[in-house]
Amino acid sequence: MTAVVPERPVGGRLIDQFEYGLDAPICLTWELTYACNLACVHCLSSSGRRDPRELSTAEAERVIDELQRMQVFYVNVGGGEPTVRPDFWHLLDYAIGHDVGVKFSTNGIKLDRARAQQLAGTDYVDVQISLDGATAEVNDAVRGAGSFATATRALENLAEAGMRDVKVSVVVTRENVGQLDEFKALTDRFGAQLRLTRFRPSGRGAEVWDRLHPTQAQQRELYAWLLANGDRVLTGDSFFHLSALGEALPGLNLCGAGRVVCLIDPVGDVYACPFAIHENFLAGNVRSPGGFQQVWQSSELFAELRSPQTGGACTKCAHFDACRGGCMAAKFFTGLPLDGPDPECVQGYGETALAARAGDLVTPRSHLDHSHRGPVRGQPTLLGIPSMPAKICDESPLAGLRPA
Amino acid sequence: MTAVVEFDAELPWQRARSVALRPEPFGALVYSFSTRKLSFLKSKQLVAVVESLGEHPTASAALTACGVSDAQRPAYLKALADLARSAMLEVRA
Amino acid sequence: MPETPQDDVLEAPPAAEEQLVEESLVEEVSIDGMCGVY
Repeated sequence: MTAVVPERPVGGRLIDQFEYGLDAPICLTWELTYACNLACVHCLSSSGRRDPRELSTAEAERVIDELQRMQVFYVNVGGGEPTVRPDFWHLLDYAIGHDVGVKFSTNGIKLDRARAQQLAGTDYVDVQISLDGATAEVNDAVRGAGSFATATRALENLAEAGMRDVKVSVVVTRENVGQLDEFKALTDRFGAQLRLTRFRPSGRGAEVWDRLHPTQAQQRELYAWLLANGDRVLTGDSFFHLSALGEALPGLNLCGAGRVVCLIDPVGDVYACPFAIHENFLAGNVRSPGGFQQVWQSSELFAELRSPQTGGACTKCAHFDACRGGCMAAKFFTGLPLDGPDPECVQGYGETALAARAGDLVTPRSHLDHSHRGPVRGQPTLLGIPSMPAKICDESPLAGLRPA
Repeated sequence: MTAVVEFDAELPWQRARSVALRPEPFGALVYSFSTRKLSFLKSKQLVAVVESLGEHPTASAALTACGVSDAQRPAYLKALADLARSAMLEVRA
Repeated sequence: MPETPQDDVLEAPPAAEEQLVEESLVEEVSIDGMCGVY
């Protein structure tokens, strides 16, 4: 028995329509592989090793065919490192040749001069380079030795080839929030656009979230900086929880999981959001009858997400309309209830909620972990932290040393 | 900053070639591959107007053919002007 | 259904198309990423 479909209003704001769902996603993320040449400490998809069940080239082409039929405008491709898939360039051309634009995110490893020139000559493709520090020192601590050089070399190659609209995407952390002006200067130097995104406790991010997520004071600094520089800086709409600080930041300012966005992972699993790779947010698989369209339009999980959401305790807050209770994934992976405050709630309700969690709480972990097992060339230096803390947010110096 | 130009409904218009339009239950989503902008068309009737622009000698004619009433006309002209301003529509050669 | 007290959007009465005269028929959306990674 399917859920009662709530009445969709006529007209009104787009975000009201979004809450009831769309015939096709707008910002669809497709992680092509779990393989990656890097081992970034905060990887949202816990990538590193390829999964033996990854979609074949033919299966990936069928997904693209579906996206074309559904008239998806463009797909955001990532991973892992998507360019390490041998068929990446073929799939890129296949998508573009089938009316699906491609925006892909990369650490730059394969973007030599030839590829840069190829990309510069291709329509309907956007490139985004990941970088988490404006200097090698800050960046490489999180992404690994040599990763800053790889990224900047790719940026040089793209600039030299005349590639337009290149983006540099930064995950804002406690360690790099002081470098915002330098990031802007760096992207200006390469003729690229800066994108700042929110660090979430997803994937390996859960293990370092407590240490790396921005403090409340830093969030306020970031917010002020975005207001001052926002017309030239993108945010992927990922700081909408900061809108409760005052003037709303541009964007939809609400969680689009399962309503506007979703993730197709390398083995064809469809999750509500790239930050929510966990069984609770698994809607189906593209290999099932009816493929991706069936999952997007008819899965139970997405129907649930598309019914009016209870804001719970948050609805009483004067700022609810600005922040809409924040990020579902951030709440989930810090063990907070989904109908309560975001862990980084700017009013401080999140900190209160975190402190009120049971002492023996084990926060949710994904059933998937494709992290590299052995040492990785150019290991990030932040890996001195215990990988499985006994308790997130535990200030005790004995944390992690207690018997299980 | 370009000056706001009145939308000339007596010219022949069409959806810009770099723009994709996808019908939705509430109307349609329109995406420009050149500007990366997304717009939301809030009525099925407006969607019909935009889709049929290319077939009519003027935008005015398209509005009439799609049954837009006199009372609605100003709102529809404003909508077309908004779309033209975001480069979602272009004048046909 | 979410409350929108600050909007002057009317609930959908029978003549819904007529009501749309009162509000803009086009809304531009900022969609860089929609909370996405890319």
